[in-house]
Amino acid sequence: MGSIINAQQIVNGLQLGSIYALIALGYTMVYGIVRLINFAHGDFYMLGAYAAYGAFFVFNSFMPISGPLAFIVLVIAMGGGGAIALLANRFAYKPLRYKPKLSSLVTAIGVSMFLEYFFSALPVIGPSPRGFPEIIPKQMYTFLGAEISNYVVIDIAVAAILMISLTFLIQRTALGRAMRAVSQDKDAAKLMGIDVERIISWTFLIGGAFAGAAGLLAGMTYPRIQPYMGILPGLKAFIAAVLGGIGNVPGAVLGAYIMGLAETFANAYNSLLGEGIAFVILILVLLVRPTGILGEKVADKI
Amino acid sequence: MKLFAMVVVLAVLFTGATLVSCGGSTEFKLGGVGPVTGEAATFGVSTKQGIEMAVAEWNAKGGVLGKQIKLYFADDKGDPAEGATVYTKLIQQDKVSAIVGTVMSKVTLAGAPIAQSSKVPMISPTSTNEKVTQVGDFIYRACFIDPFQGTVGAMFAFNDLKAKKAACIFDVGNDYTKGLSEAFKAKWEALGGQLVGYEAHATGTTDFKAQLTKIIQQKPDVLYVSDYYNDVALIAKQARELGYKGPLVGGDGWDSPELVKIGGAAVENGFFTNHYSPADIRPIVQDFVKKFKDKYNAEPDALAALAYDATYIMLNAVKTAGKADGSAIRDALAKTDLGVVSGQVKFDANRNPIKSAVIIEIKGGKQVYKTTVNP
Repeated sequence: MGSIINAQQIVNGLQLGSIYALIALGYTMVYGIVRLINFAHGDFYMLGAYAAYGAFFVFNSFMPISGPLAFIVLVIAMGGGGAIALLANRFAYKPLRYKPKLSSLVTAIGVSMFLEYFFSALPVIGPSPRGFPEIIPKQMYTFLGAEISNYVVIDIAVAAILMISLTFLIQRTALGRAMRAVSQDKDAAKLMGIDVERIISWTFLIGGAFAGAAGLLAGMTYPRIQPYMGILPGLKAFIAAVLGGIGNVPGAVLGAYIMGLAETFANAYNSLLGEGIAFVILILVLLVRPTGILGEKVADKI
Repeated sequence: MKLFAMVVVLAVLFTGATLVSCGGSTEFKLGGVGPVTGEAATFGVSTKQGIEMAVAEWNAKGGVLGKQIKLYFADDKGDPAEGATVYTKLIQQDKVSAIVGTVMSKVTLAGAPIAQSSKVPMISPTSTNEKVTQVGDFIYRACFIDPFQGTVGAMFAFNDLKAKKAACIFDVGNDYTKGLSEAFKAKWEALGGQLVGYEAHATGTTDFKAQLTKIIQQKPDVLYVSDYYNDVALIAKQARELGYKGPLVGGDGWDSPELVKIGGAAVENGFFTNHYSPADIRPIVQDFVKKFKDKYNAEPDALAALAYDATYIMLNAVKTAGKADGSAIRDALAKTDLGVVSGQVKFDANRNPIKSAVIIEIKGGKQVYKTTVNP
């Protein structure tokens, strides 16, 4: 078992889990508020990676590689992911808000494919993969027998900081209170004077920004970006959100880390079966707890 | 009057036709096929240039069987239906004694049964699909099939890199990368090397760390990465991050400028197998490159080199057979042992060549010729 479960593999799993967690949060927030599974969410992540890529080259032309530059790139990646999420909400989901749920779901798939094909058709982006620059110089440390790069630390730290801020926002601010109200009962929230559409926009903005941040981290960690890069992580983050209990914020984070670790251990145990094992775990958990690990009992699921 | 004119025309045509077929005894008819137009047009043009250059050289030396070689080149347009048509035309109408062609496996697979049933020997320069030569005993090829690269990779790692412990990583959903790794494993174990890891990964994934961690803990001396350049770049980066400093070896899927762009310093100390390299220092290669440049004003690619080689192999077999008879040429092909641009060629029982491959090293961000490995 030494080659399967050890410090290095745990670090690998946590790093992967951090990226899934940032994506899964967006899925779960949007689902919690509007009961929509936003399949285009993985593409917001892709857009964040491209926004970071562009921002790096623009700002690096007059700024040295440094902490402030990395921070600017992060903000632009989050802005890019957030902006595309706002646009998707405004033009694709809002007109269908009170139509049958299936219409929104199909629209989400449409938005996802539109973004993928539109960006691969754009000459500045194009379909071929691009190498992602080293925004921060890479350094290696050895810790408890594991080789750890500063990227691992950055991935986990950025994810943790963003997740803690989100918890604070939801629990302690007026906006968070309004979000919780809308998620519980839209009509009652409206009667209490909450501008439901505004809260929904905020939710998309935050969810998209988190996906954008994940896109930047993924670009740095796995330095190859392409317009279809969001499909697989998007799907896995969605599964993580379901595993943790969709609509539940801590659940999404828990599900994402379980997913990252399970995938890593499964691949280390038998790479031919590999990710199949991770999905078997998912099915088993859902058989025992159909609403996910921390999920609330709700009847209407898609 | 009109009737008379037609009779005259027909008579002239007839005489002409008779003359041409009489002329058959003073020249050796060789068929050539390649997709000069269509989606693979650049492949076809290179192939045609390679064949024409080889034929011109043989003719300058007096041809074959004491006759000049007449080349009938047909365009298959990269289309299997068109391929079947031009093979039929070459055999039925032009009555060629042997064929060099064609490029794409799907087209070769359409033409090969026609050549086989007419007992006309043919050699494809570049069709790598294993099924091509399985069509029958008149069908040969000049390129090695994909899994063979794994065999050569294992020999290079064992003999040249002096590695003792190897590990493989490959894409479970891709026959090319799987085939290469399987062949590497078989040869590696046959050579007496120790295989300490044999790990697959899912298609399209970007995270290879679980598999690489497992492999690197076994401390391999060499890592065989049979993926395409995109995945190779990521695998190399992650392997280096996990502390692996040894060499990486792979197949011609590495052959892209993108490999260095994405992989950067991580793909240094990387080696891959290929059919041919214009930077190969052997005199036969340098001579070929120079002559080709003089004639066409361009550097010959692997397609031109293999087409040139295929023509040489075929004409050499005709010479050995001593007559323009299909079965005799076939028997002579089977006994081929000839040094050509892409290496020393012999054929195995499945009519696939056993030949050398070149090893190209990634050094300072550039592809550099390293060595030639003979199986």
